[in-house]
Order: sequence, then structure tokens, then C-alpha cells
Amino acid sequence: MMNIVVCVKAVPDPKMADKIKIDPVTKTLVRENIDLVINPLDRNALEAALQLKKTNGAHITVLSMGPPMAGNIVKECLALGADTGILLSDRAFGGADAYATAYTLAKGIEKIGAFDVVFCGMASSDGATEWVGPQVATFLRIPVVTMVHELIEDEGADWLVRAAWEEGYRKVAIRLPALFTVARDLNQPKNLSFSGILKARKKEITSWSIDDLGVSPDSVGCKGSPTIVGDFGTLETGRSVEFLEGTAEEKAERLVQILTDSGAIA
Amino acid sequence: MIDFTFTEEQEMFRKAAREFAETQVAPYVAEMEKTAKVPAGLVKALGEAEMMAITIPENYGGLGLGYTARLIALEEISRVSVATAMMLQVFALGIEPIILFGTEEQKQKYLPGLATGERLGTAAVTEATGGSDPTGIRTTYRKDGDDYIVNGRKCFITNAHIADTLTILAKSEDDPKAFCAFIVEKGMEGFRATHEEHKVGMRGCNTGELSFEDLRIPKENLLGEEGKGLKVTMAAIGDVGRGGMVGCALGLQAACLAESVKFANERILYGKPISKLATIQSKIAEMRIDLEAGRLLGYRAAAQHDATGRASNEFAVAKYFTTEAAQKAAKIAVDIHGGYGCMEEYAVSKYLRDAAVVGPSAGTSEIMKVIIARWTLG
Ligand SMILES: Cc1cc2nc3c(=O)[nH]c(=O)nc-3n(C[C@H](O)[C@H](O)[C@H](O)COP(=O)(O)OP(=O)(O)OC[C@H]3O[C@@H](n4cnc5c(N)ncnc54)[C@H](O)[C@@H]3O)c2cc1C
Repeated sequence: MMNIVVCVKAVPDPKMADKIKIDPVTKTLVRENIDLVINPLDRNALEAALQLKKTNGAHITVLSMGPPMAGNIVKECLALGADTGILLSDRAFGGADAYATAYTLAKGIEKIGAFDVVFCGMASSDGATEWVGPQVATFLRIPVVTMVHELIEDEGADWLVRAAWEEGYRKVAIRLPALFTVARDLNQPKNLSFSGILKARKKEITSWSIDDLGVSPDSVGCKGSPTIVGDFGTLETGRSVEFLEGTAEEKAERLVQILTDSGAIA
Repeated sequence: MIDFTFTEEQEMFRKAAREFAETQVAPYVAEMEKTAKVPAGLVKALGEAEMMAITIPENYGGLGLGYTARLIALEEISRVSVATAMMLQVFALGIEPIILFGTEEQKQKYLPGLATGERLGTAAVTEATGGSDPTGIRTTYRKDGDDYIVNGRKCFITNAHIADTLTILAKSEDDPKAFCAFIVEKGMEGFRATHEEHKVGMRGCNTGELSFEDLRIPKENLLGEEGKGLKVTMAAIGDVGRGGMVGCALGLQAACLAESVKFANERILYGKPISKLATIQSKIAEMRIDLEAGRLLGYRAAAQHDATGRASNEFAVAKYFTTEAAQKAAKIAVDIHGGYGCMEEYAVSKYLRDAAVVGPSAGTSEIMKVIIARWTLG
């Protein structure tokens, strides 16, 4: 039977985006009072795994790195149909950038052991780097296809997928084990169901700390993160109105001027 | 120590119900308002989301969850569509008498289909001559061999035209104190759904009349004991009926508050959002106080029912409070919207119409007070 690992991230609810603030000192998101949800694209990743499980049978392990509270998100994945949940949680993992996150997740996957497929969302709604998936694949030394829109052939060990790139689509033939980062239109994730929630009563979540992974504190979390956040600012958006006066020619001239200044026409 | 927090699992139920309401119910709301018809796709979606299965025991194909889980689901659905919550609440009203009083055969025959939504339920008690006073009904039964022959009419019955399995109440032709509850199935000879009502609110939730003309009901369809039918229907109305209306009302209160907050933050007057005006703040605070109090009353009654199997008095208090509060909230929400509140493009105008309809079902506010006074005075 196929073993699938799905990496999921707990992110602040995008519906509450207007309430999210950035701490000017630590330059990280202030997460208090914001509900955590499964990163929307990770639901597509999980759905891909669930559909494979339905057609061919599979064991799905959900892997997440985050604070203990992210356990709720793992539980939700179990309620959606995943079989096993693993939460990588340790103070030492805190403050990780994409690189340290990918390293920690890769170590988690190594500890899980046998796997055929790793699914990740293409990006997280809060970080949006699109780097974690490919970096996990690199740490695991397996091939990766990013921005997967369709699994054309997904039986056996030789897969064919359709994936986006800058100028259209590519079809990629790939041998498992491999990692795929998935796009939104790969599938339509199913809703959480009451019976799924009841089934999750019997499913366990395992929590692994830095000791369980046996990694150096310097390679994870804040210390293992090469990223340095420079200056950041808040974009102000607003609307303004200007009534054009004068003759038709003057108005046209002024209009061309405004459009040129705004960059709308060259 | 009283624990007022929802469990992690209950929070997940809420999330599931909210997701369902926002993705599967919301797309039907405009159509329901326009046509006042029950969309077939919506009923199918309710079934697929196991919404009818919540309170049905597991060995009959249900989820075996209690009233708290049900209240969570109803509140979340009602936030999006009071009409849909009402429909769902009355499905359960038809199901509960079978759970409480049904024989093993009846349970096995009806509950699995009702749990999946393949069969739809309702309870039909009210008649022109008896709403608040169900003993005033004129639908009668008489025995004919092993069967019962029923004649009469019912009015204001939710799901009248879509229900397949109906719990009905009839009075003995000979003894005005003897009532029987029966399971009636759509398609039985002599049974018809007749007039369809046009309600001011909750459009898209079907309400109508039923007619029984020499309706022959086999004795296997008698619910509970012969002559003791009033108990069968009243037990269901007391807990499921009132509890369900609490769910409809709480969702409506929450929706009124959410729309009011949104509008108050967006509407600029005197150079600032009207949410900065003290009078508007006072209105918002009032709605919040009522919502918090309503939730405490409603979920307290539900939790008590889950723990002890009884909470009809507590549900009467919660039903009174929340349905009154929902009407108040809808009025305040419309007021906050000024002229916009009178326009159909704004959801609050619909909330006001929906609020007008949450009162009478499962007993009017006056009847709730009668019950609460009886409880209090002994
Ligand atoms: C949308 C909707 C859906 C419904 N669905 C169903 C359903 O599925 N099945 C069903 O059987 N019924 C249903 N009903 C009927 C509902 O239960 C009755 O409308 C309700 O019980 C009130 O009865 P009535 O309409 O006959 O009013 P009445 O009983 O005639 O009441 C008239 C007035 O008298 C007051 N009153 C009555 N008795 C007293 C008293 N003792 N003390 C003080 N005041 C009193 C009432 O509060 C009210 O103000 C539904 C009603 C509505 C509006």
C-alpha cells in the first residue's frame, strides 16, 4: 500500500486578514486572537492524498510543525480522513524561516520512514514563499514537481502530472518517491464532516520534539534560519477623485497625463 | 465547577457546520428568497452532510450525538439561512417521536432512511382549531379492525409538501380525551398535502396544509400507546422543537449582529464610521448582550439534556429569550442601516422578515411563559 505524507501548516485564518498585525520589533505576525486554520492549499494537498486513498488505498500521515495549538489543525486533518498525525513541536523550532522549516519537516519525514509520495500546498497563505516544498524535497534528495494542477497518471511508481510554470503548463513524468506541491485547481477539498470528526476520536496525534528528531538546536528554528527580515512597511490603499474641467481636448490631455503618471499606459 | 467551554470536538463540529453553511447553503439563499421553494439540491446537500443524522442513534444509521451538537449545527446554518435551519429543525421534530416512542420495527424501518435524508420527516399537530391548545384539534381517528381511519386537516405544517414520513396527532371520535400519534407515509391513500403558505419570512422553507380523508393507517404505525398520543408529540415539541427554535433564533441574532458591525464600520457620517457614535455602540452592545445571554441559556439547556435527557423547561426559557431577542436584534439591525435597511439588497431586511416567523413555532412566547410559570409556581 502506498504511504503518503502530507505537510500542513496552521495559518492565521485568511478571513481575518484585516485583523492580522506585524510586530514591528520581532517582525513576525502577531497571532493572538486570530483563529488558526489549515493553510488553504494544504487542504488541496490532503484532498489529493484522500482521493488516492479512495481509489487505490493508501496510508496518509499528516505532518505539521508548529506550536501545541497547531495540534487542532492536525486533528482536523484526521477528521478529514488522514490516518496518522504528527506534530513537530518544540520551543527550539520557533521562529523558523522557510529553510529551517523545510529542514525540520524533512527530518520528520525521515523519522516516519517509508514513504512514496509527499504532498505540500504550493504556498502558505501567510508566508507565501513557495520554497518549503522544494526545499523539503532537496533535503530528502527526492525529485519535486511544483504547482501541480492535475495527476494524469497516479498508479504505480511512474506518475505523469500536469504542472504550471511561468508560461503555461508542462507535463512531467516522474518516478516515486517524489514530492509534489499542489495548486488550488487540482481538486475541490471536501468539507469537514460530523462523522469524520467522530472517527478521529480513535486516531492518535504523536508529538515529536527536537530530541525525537535528534537534530542540532543550531539547525532549526530561529537559529537555523538564514533569512534576515529587512525593513517592511504597510501599503496604504485609498481612492481619490478628480473632476476634469475645461474643453474636451484639455480633459483628454489631462486624462492621458493621469493614466501615464499612474503607469496604466506608457 | 461549571465548565462553560466547548470541547475541542464541539469546536470542530462548529467549524464543520459553518463550512457546510457557507459553501453548501449560502449559494441557495437568493433562489429561496425569490421562488419560496425548497431547492432539491439543498435537501440533498443536507443529507450528504449528515445533518439529519445528528440525533439519530448509531445503530439506526445516525451519529448518536446529542442536543449540543445539534444546536451548534442549527445555529451555524441559521446564520446563513434561517429557512434552512427551520426545515432541518422540523425534520428532527418528525424523527424524535420515533426515537423516543417507536417500536424496534418502526425504528428499523424509518430511522436509517431519515438519517441519510432519503426520507424527510415532519410533525403535524397544529390545526385551525388548535395551535397553542393542541387538545382543540378536530382530526379524528376510529378503529376499523386492526386499522385506524383518520379524517381531518392540519395547517402551518413545516415540510408539509416534501415530507415522506410524518408524525401526526389525532383525537378519538368517541373520547375527546384520547389522542393517538401515528406515522403517516407519503403516498398512503387518503393523504394529501394541499395548500402551500406564503410566509413573510423564512422563504424557501415549505409550510402548508395536510388533508386526511378516510386515511387508513395500519396498527403498526401507531406511535406509543393508543390514547396517549398527546404525550408522544408534546415530548418531542418540548425538547427538540423548542431546542431547534433556539438554534434558529441564535443564528439569526448572530447574523443581525455581524451585518450591523460590518455596516457600522463601513458607513461614514460626520467624517467617521457610525460605529464611533455612542448610540450606535449602545445598540451593538445590546445585541451582543442578548446573544451572549441567549447562547448561555440555549447551550445550558442542551448540555443539561445531553446529561439528563430532560430540559423542556430550560428550553422554554431559552426559546422565549432567544426568539424575542432575535426579533429585537433584527429591528435594531435594520435601524442601524437607516434607509438601506429597508432595501432588499441588504440582508437585514430579510432578517426582519425571518424574525417575524421565529416566534410561533413550537409554542408562542405567551405559551412559553405559561410553561415557565407552571414550572415556577408548581
Ligand atoms: C413557520 C411556522 C411553522 C410551523 N410548523 C409547524 C409544524 O411543523 N407542525 C405543527 O404542528 N405546527 C407548526 N406550526 C404551528 C405553531 O405550532 C402554531 O402556530 C403555534 O402553536 C400557535 O398556534 P396558533 O397559530 O393556532 O395561535 P393561537 O393558539 O391561536 O394563538 C393566538 C394568540 O393567543 C395566545 N395564546 C394562546 N393561548 C394562550 C394562553 N394560554 N395564554 C396566553 N396567551 C395565549 C398566543 O400566544 C397568540 O398570541 C408552525 C407555525 C409557524 C408560524
